Amino acid sequence: MAPLFYIFAAVAILAALSVVLQRTPVYSALSLIVVLCALAVVYLLLGAEFMAVVQVIVYAGAIMVLFVLVIMLLNARRESPVNRSQMARRLGVPLLAVFMAEILFAVWGHFSNAPIPAAEFHAGPAAVGEVLFRSYVLPFEVTSILILVAVLGAVVLAKKEI
Amino acid sequence: MPLTHILALSVILFGLGAAGFIIRRNIITIFMCIELMLNAVNLAFIGFSRYLGNLDGQIYVFFVIVVAAAEAAVGLAIIIAIQRNRETLTIDEIDSMKM
Repeated sequence: MAPLFYIFAAVAILAALSVVLQRTPVYSALSLIVVLCALAVVYLLLGAEFMAVVQVIVYAGAIMVLFVLVIMLLNARRESPVNRSQMARRLGVPLLAVFMAEILFAVWGHFSNAPIPAAEFHAGPAAVGEVLFRSYVLPFEVTSILILVAVLGAVVLAKKEI
Repeated sequence: MPLTHILALSVILFGLGAAGFIIRRNIITIFMCIELMLNAVNLAFIGFSRYLGNLDGQIYVFFVIVVAAAEAAVGLAIIIAIQRNRETLTIDEIDSMKM
C-alpha cells in the first residue's frame, strides 16, 4: 500500500509540473487528466472508494472533456513568451519554495508523524450516501439550485449576442 | 504512510497550482491551475477523513467536485464570450478594468 502511494504521488507531482510548464494548453489539459487519475488511485489507497470513482467519472471524464472541447473550439495555440521582469525571474521560484515550506512547517508542527490508523476503512457508495442523505441533505438540495443557476448562466454567457 | 506525507503531497500540488496561476498567460491554462489547487485541497480532505475515521471530509470533497463542475461550466462560457468579443485568450490583453 505505501509504495504505491509514493509511486502515484511522484506521478501526480511530475504531471502537475507538466501542467504548469507546458506552453500549449491542450498538453496542459492532458497532463491534468494524468494528475486527476493519479489522485484517484491515492483516494483508493486511502479507502475513499466512492470518491475515487467520482473523481474519474466526473472530474477526469466530464469536466476535463469540457476543457478539451473548449480548447479545441477556440483553437488555443501555444502561448507566446512574455518578457517578465528580472525580479520576477530571480525571485519567483525561491518565493514559491518559501511559501510551500511555510505551509509544510505549519503542518509538520501540528500533526504527529504517526501513520494513519491501519484499521479497515472503506467509504463505498452506501456509506457515503447514508451520511450525505442524513446529515447533509439540505446542502445537497441547495447544490441542485447552484447547478441550475450555473447551467442558466452558461447558456446566457455563451449565447451569440451578449 | 503518515498523514504528513499526504499533506505534503497536497501542499506541493497546491503550490504548483498557485505558481501556474501566476506565471501562465493563457486564460484556459490559468483555469486548469485553479482545478489543480481544488484537487490538492480535496486530497487533504480525504487524508484527514481517513486519519480521523470520519466520512464528513469526503462529503466536503463531493461538494467541492460539484461546485468545480458548475464553476467549469460558467468559467468556460465566460472564456468563450471573451474570445468572441476580444478575439484573444491572453490575459495581458484583457485589461479594460485596469486603472
